Amino acid sequence: MNRVTLLALQLLVGVVLIGTWQVLTTVPIGGVKLLPPFFFSTPYDVGARIVKWLVEGTIWKHLYITLLESVLAFVIGSVAGVMIGFWFARQQLVAAVFDPYIKMMNALPRVVLAPIFMLWLGLGIWSKVALGFTLVFFVVFFNVYQGVKEVSPTILANARMLGMSERQLLRHVYWPSALSWMFSSLHTSVGFAVVGAVVGEYLGSAAGLGYLIQQAEGVFDVAGVFAGMFVLAVFVILIDLLVSAVEKRLLVWRPEPGDARG
Amino acid sequence: MKGGKTRSGKAVSLDAVTVAFNVADRRVYTAVERADLNVADGEFVAIVGPTGCGKSTLLNVAAGLLRPAAGAVRIFDQPLTRLNHQAGYLFQADALFPWKTALENVAIGLETAGVDSVEARASAKTWLRRVGLENFANRYPHMLSGGQRKRVGLAQVLIRDPKILLMDEPFGPLDAQTRQIMGNQLLELWTADRKAVMFVTHDLEEAIALADRVVIMSAGPNSKIIGDWRVPLGRPRDISEVRLEKEFHQLHREIWNVLKSEVLKGYEQSTKVGAAS
Repeated sequence: MNRVTLLALQLLVGVVLIGTWQVLTTVPIGGVKLLPPFFFSTPYDVGARIVKWLVEGTIWKHLYITLLESVLAFVIGSVAGVMIGFWFARQQLVAAVFDPYIKMMNALPRVVLAPIFMLWLGLGIWSKVALGFTLVFFVVFFNVYQGVKEVSPTILANARMLGMSERQLLRHVYWPSALSWMFSSLHTSVGFAVVGAVVGEYLGSAAGLGYLIQQAEGVFDVAGVFAGMFVLAVFVILIDLLVSAVEKRLLVWRPEPGDARG
Repeated sequence: MKGGKTRSGKAVSLDAVTVAFNVADRRVYTAVERADLNVADGEFVAIVGPTGCGKSTLLNVAAGLLRPAAGAVRIFDQPLTRLNHQAGYLFQADALFPWKTALENVAIGLETAGVDSVEARASAKTWLRRVGLENFANRYPHMLSGGQRKRVGLAQVLIRDPKILLMDEPFGPLDAQTRQIMGNQLLELWTADRKAVMFVTHDLEEAIALADRVVIMSAGPNSKIIGDWRVPLGRPRDISEVRLEKEFHQLHREIWNVLKSEVLKGYEQSTKVGAAS
């Protein structure tokens, strides 16, 4: 299937869904509107709300805050995950000692940490960054740990025979291997950074997309809730595209899936 | 030739080397038992044996990657205590760094020795040309064919100018035609600067065609060296043509008579539960 057909079909799905929504919320069928606009709003109202936000410029501040929180959570979480993952993988004793605690913390649903972070760090961005951090950290940590542990023994033996010192092994073998695992989880960890930020905002804040949605919900402004969701979806897709571009550049040496050369 | 080679002429000397592994249930698996093997400086020795006979084990011992349970390993008359830094090792499995291009893979061998990277790259280019891959310098390993990857591996090892070359079924996964081309290329490179070579293979024809000496190992466990033949063929050789000569056939028949029963034993071993490879 060529790109144009694919794009046309993808658009068609969107148009049909939104069209159905519009019809069911505005056109009475048998005397009743199947989806009451009070609960479901209408695509027109949602669109109008987004346009209004864009024209008035209020949305930019919220987007900026959410973006800032996500980026901070991602960067801090990744750096910590890489360093600690590396350390654990190279120091078996440390890994063994901390193993039950790491598992315990990872198993904990992060939402329950939000109130604690709010108490410790206030309603500003840092409590959201902390929540995102706890999500990003573990994804990166486990991947880096795995990446260091799973370096092929043949490649390691080869590196040693080529005369690599312990430091050179870190730089030329362990590090690239760990990073490649980390990058392969980039989509997940970036997604988690956004989740952490938005959930944190939703639970208590004064700005951000999560705040916007929570405020609209508080006054039964369904159009506002949907508009906030829509803006968030576009935001996440844009970030994901950016991540794909970065990934493509950084992992040039990786075979495409299914490309097995003999 | 470098001047550093000791004159006694023994590049590798294994003296009653026994290698054992701890396996499950606190048992000990003796892979190689009391193996004696000398490889003279500049000599090409092929080691042939059935599957699972500990040929690779012997190479790992000579490389210093594996410590023998008993026996002595001497490299140019010095006892080997750590890794054998005089040896280059071409592994059976893919050992190139997948995150480095062909050029970077070859250059790394010099860079680890402290050569600066501009010089190392220039030298790596020369080596890529020698193995016929100058047009593939910027390809990553996964973009190369199996034969090309082996040639990059060969350049990666040879750029360090090791005095001993250890090769573990290097052409194993390649098709028959590529193997012959690679064999000739190896001989050509080796003739330019004769290094001591330990070449492990399960292919007797390949062994005779390439080597000065062919050593046969018995089936494992407790495999021993059970035969040692000098190859009476001249050099330079073309390995596809040398197979047609009378001496080749004579030697092949002679060695095969010894090897045959071991191959069968090795096969029986490999069908038993718990056999190590």
